[in-house]
Amino acid sequence: MLTTIKQKACYSAALYCLTFLNKTGATLTFCKGKSKEAEIKRINKELANIRSKFKGDKALDGYSKKKYVCKLLFIFLLGHDIDFGHMEAVNLLSSNRYTEKQIGYLFISVLVNSNSELIRLINNAIKNDLASRNPTFMGLALHCIANVGSREMAEAFAGEIPKILVAGDTMDSVKQSAALCLLRLYRTSPDLVPMGDWTSRVVHLLNDQHLGVVTAATSLITTLAQKNPEEFKTSVSLAVSRLSRIVTSASTDLQDYTYYFVPAPWLSVKLLRLLQCYPPPDPAVRGRLTECLETILNKAQEPPKSKKVQHSNAKNAVLFEAISLIIHHDSEPNLLVRACNQLGQFLQHRETNLRYLALESMCTLASSEFSHEAVKTHIETVINALKTERDVSVRQRAVDLLYAMCDRSNAQQIVAEMLNYLETADYSIREEIVLKVAILAEKYAVDYTWYVDTILNLIRIAGDYVSEEVWYRVIQIVINRDDVQGYAAKTVFEALQAPACHENLVKVGGYILGEFGNLIAGDPRSSPLIQFNLLHSKFHLCSVPTRALLLSTYIKFVNLFPEIKTTIQDVLRSDSQLKNADVELQQRAVEYLRLSTIASTDILATVLEEMPPFPERESSILAKLKKKKGPGTVTDLEEIKKERSSDMNGSAEPASVNASAVSTPSPSADLLGLGAAPLTNSAPPPSSSGSLLVDVFSDSASAVAPLAPGSDDNFASPDLASSEVVSEEPADTVHDADELFHKFVCKNNGVLFENQLLQIGLKSEFRQNLGRMFIFYGNKTSTQFLNFTPTVICSDDLQPSLNLQTKPVDPTVDGGAQVQQVVNIECVSDFMEAPILNIQFRYGGTFQNLSVKLPITLNKFFQPTEMSSQDFFQRWKQLSNPKQEVQNIFKAKHPMDAEITKAKIIGFGSALLEEVDPNPANFVGAGIIHTKTTQIGCLLRLEPNLQAQMYRLTLRTSKEAVSQRLCELLSEQF
Amino acid sequence: MQFMLLFSRQGKLRLQKWYVPLSDKEKKKITRELVQTVLARKPKMCSFLEWRDLKIVYKRYASLYFCCAIEDQDNELITLEIIHRYVELLDKYFGSVCELDIIFNFEKAYFILDEFLLGGEVQETSKKNVLKAIEQADLLQEKLDSLL
Repeated sequence: MLTTIKQKACYSAALYCLTFLNKTGATLTFCKGKSKEAEIKRINKELANIRSKFKGDKALDGYSKKKYVCKLLFIFLLGHDIDFGHMEAVNLLSSNRYTEKQIGYLFISVLVNSNSELIRLINNAIKNDLASRNPTFMGLALHCIANVGSREMAEAFAGEIPKILVAGDTMDSVKQSAALCLLRLYRTSPDLVPMGDWTSRVVHLLNDQHLGVVTAATSLITTLAQKNPEEFKTSVSLAVSRLSRIVTSASTDLQDYTYYFVPAPWLSVKLLRLLQCYPPPDPAVRGRLTECLETILNKAQEPPKSKKVQHSNAKNAVLFEAISLIIHHDSEPNLLVRACNQLGQFLQHRETNLRYLALESMCTLASSEFSHEAVKTHIETVINALKTERDVSVRQRAVDLLYAMCDRSNAQQIVAEMLNYLETADYSIREEIVLKVAILAEKYAVDYTWYVDTILNLIRIAGDYVSEEVWYRVIQIVINRDDVQGYAAKTVFEALQAPACHENLVKVGGYILGEFGNLIAGDPRSSPLIQFNLLHSKFHLCSVPTRALLLSTYIKFVNLFPEIKTTIQDVLRSDSQLKNADVELQQRAVEYLRLSTIASTDILATVLEEMPPFPERESSILAKLKKKKGPGTVTDLEEIKKERSSDMNGSAEPASVNASAVSTPSPSADLLGLGAAPLTNSAPPPSSSGSLLVDVFSDSASAVAPLAPGSDDNFASPDLASSEVVSEEPADTVHDADELFHKFVCKNNGVLFENQLLQIGLKSEFRQNLGRMFIFYGNKTSTQFLNFTPTVICSDDLQPSLNLQTKPVDPTVDGGAQVQQVVNIECVSDFMEAPILNIQFRYGGTFQNLSVKLPITLNKFFQPTEMSSQDFFQRWKQLSNPKQEVQNIFKAKHPMDAEITKAKIIGFGSALLEEVDPNPANFVGAGIIHTKTTQIGCLLRLEPNLQAQMYRLTLRTSKEAVSQRLCELLSEQF
Repeated sequence: MQFMLLFSRQGKLRLQKWYVPLSDKEKKKITRELVQTVLARKPKMCSFLEWRDLKIVYKRYASLYFCCAIEDQDNELITLEIIHRYVELLDKYFGSVCELDIIFNFEKAYFILDEFLLGGEVQETSKKNVLKAIEQADLLQEKLDSLL
């Protein structure tokens, strides 16, 4: 196929034209080799001819009309604009001749026109064909609707098509077209497709005899189920049985629906995709589904039935979709690990396509708690891929995977490899790698000297790709951590010795030496004068903003090193500074010189004091990476997974890198001039007045933080302070939330709430007594939400124990868009209740109000503690006061699987202590709950009784209420 | 699937099918950009690439490139086989199909595609059923033609 092209391409130009003439009856001639102008001239002549035919006095017969309409279409498809012929095409629709009708429909589908008179005529013709009961004509009409899919067509036919779809006497092929036609209309105008009785009958098409009908219907059901999960819930068990029948069928059973020995691959993929609209089904169906998934995984291990690539592609397409479903459910450790192993095999496959997909798929597996460790075992292969893959898109996937699998244990290796790769990386992906390295280095820095080295390396290797955010960030971190300041000063000083260094290094070096140059000034090799001369030797090669920064460094030196004051004053006084053509530089030189001359040592010391620590906020680098990856392009859950690796060390925004309080009246654009403040240090260190987290927000006094502008105008919800769910409007406010809430006790990421309108996803991270939660609000509709106002509410009891700070979100959420909100959390003392997240918004004229519990639970502030058996029992005995112990005996709610139990205990936050309990079937754990006021040691012991399907859970902590709460939380998990 | 494009090694567009509403200007821009990107890739490279917020799946058959744009959650490998099945359908219908068949019988290429994919989703995967539908139509055409 298509391989004969070479012989055929040798046809002479004449034959070329002749072929066309014969096939379509047209006389248009396009000759190969003629110039572009000649072609355009020829076409214009032809267009003029057709126009005159259409406008001529003589009525054209159907055949000629068809011929000319077809020619117009041909010319359009060659890339020329066509602005007439629509009316003639519409006339063809009402022809009884099949080919004329067909060409008419094709023209209409390709050259959609918004003229309302035409649309009326077209819709009329379609209506006639739909009513004709001639399946071929009905098919043409449905194809046309599906191809155009306009709102006008939806208005005219969205009510009619469901009837055709479920009518008993409709032919199979018409049903197929009707299903997909409806799907297209639903995608463009969901509001015009009425849900109704037909939906349940559509679900039953999954049982249809005709696999083509099932294939088309599955696509429709999947799309509808995404927006109306409740209504299509019954599709889950039907889809599982259908899938089960397919995967267990012999390769010849399905006849023409078997593709290269793979039974119905398209349908299998669609069914698996449909199941991804739902959480894991209930146990009976789940067992069957697990069997299907296992069969699919097993088949991957069987020898191929054919050597053709189509066979392996179709088989693996099903396999990858099955893995997606396994990851989506994220509940079967066994399947997750098997999936991971399978992908591991593909990482070394000779097919580039499979290597690419395996890397991509593993990225999502890396975010599952169950398979993260299994993914990590492939690190060497992935690093090797980075070095040896010849295709940049595959290397890009390898970078993504390394980023996803990175944790404290392998961060140094991964960062080193990424830096290594950066030296030769493709220009197109350098910036992204720089951001990733910067984020990982910060997030996993145990040793901040390593962090400083890494960032300086980044600047050295890829200085041009190091964005402002990255070097701002290193400065923020150095300023906030006094243990690294001396090292940073020494390192930048050494790096600046290089004969050619990147301007970004000069910026970092200038800033850090200006703040901390004194820490290395004791060494004669880096005396004040040497530091100054070194920086000044770079001055003339730098751009204006960098020079402005260096001038500020110089004035800081005047304060740090009075002994070189005159040298600096000489430099500031030179003509090149005082008479600099750039107004900003000139002004700085003048003002700094004046300041150094008139101000007393005390005033200088105050004005030029060391920068106070920056308030902790979200890393701006992370924000940049997210932006680069494109907002709203991924689904909520994946978004959450991708972003779960956000850091905890928040950061200041770049704009607040604001070196000194020197008065600079000019509206300067650079970093250092921003502080147009009086001659005192205007920004007191945030730590001076309590918690960092609290201080970032001025309105911290209120426990009900209004999150969006304009939130307080409309709805005074009654009794917001109570922890009860508030609902005053008919919106679906009720919450099986408890179940979802408990899901989050042992994990930090996932979907908290979902209905037809809104999906709420969470991603959170906790460290000691602090935490940060990202809430993602996804608008599932195509309509804007207005006055969108999420509010986090702490009850009176909770308020003193838990400090929550939120940032406002935009009050409008576009259809299909997702907004993110950050909640900063501080645990002051132990607490029982959970805060409530209340969300109010307007959707299409109705007011929606719903509340869910926010899963911030005491166990989130756990730090695991490893200890020996002896230590454990010693402490256990120490906590023998009856008030310190709480015990609960309960029935197992889930299958009693030791591996899952272990994962849950670790997810709960305590350390899982192996070989401590004399009975190996028991589980014991230990950890410390961190609150601002105290730390509470906790020990736990879980004893399963398989026969009785019961557990006994014992908690011992130094505080009764803590034992009580932890016991409650953990008991719900098994 | 959001759209499917067929173009030659010389970058000439041979067939375009859009399953999302876009302006002509936008379509031309996308086509230009994608043709350039895909033609610049070397033969052994993988068949998938990220492009804007979509995934591009492409395959070359002789002088023609078949190129599909799918969404983030769609399955790349099955899309590759959508392309292959479409080529098989063309091949069976035209009998060893070549680029010229698609140029001069563009309307047939569109009709076959409509039977196979509708609204960007697979409608009918059975080769027999798709070709039966097309052949029935052809038969209808001949009958009518003979009446003339």
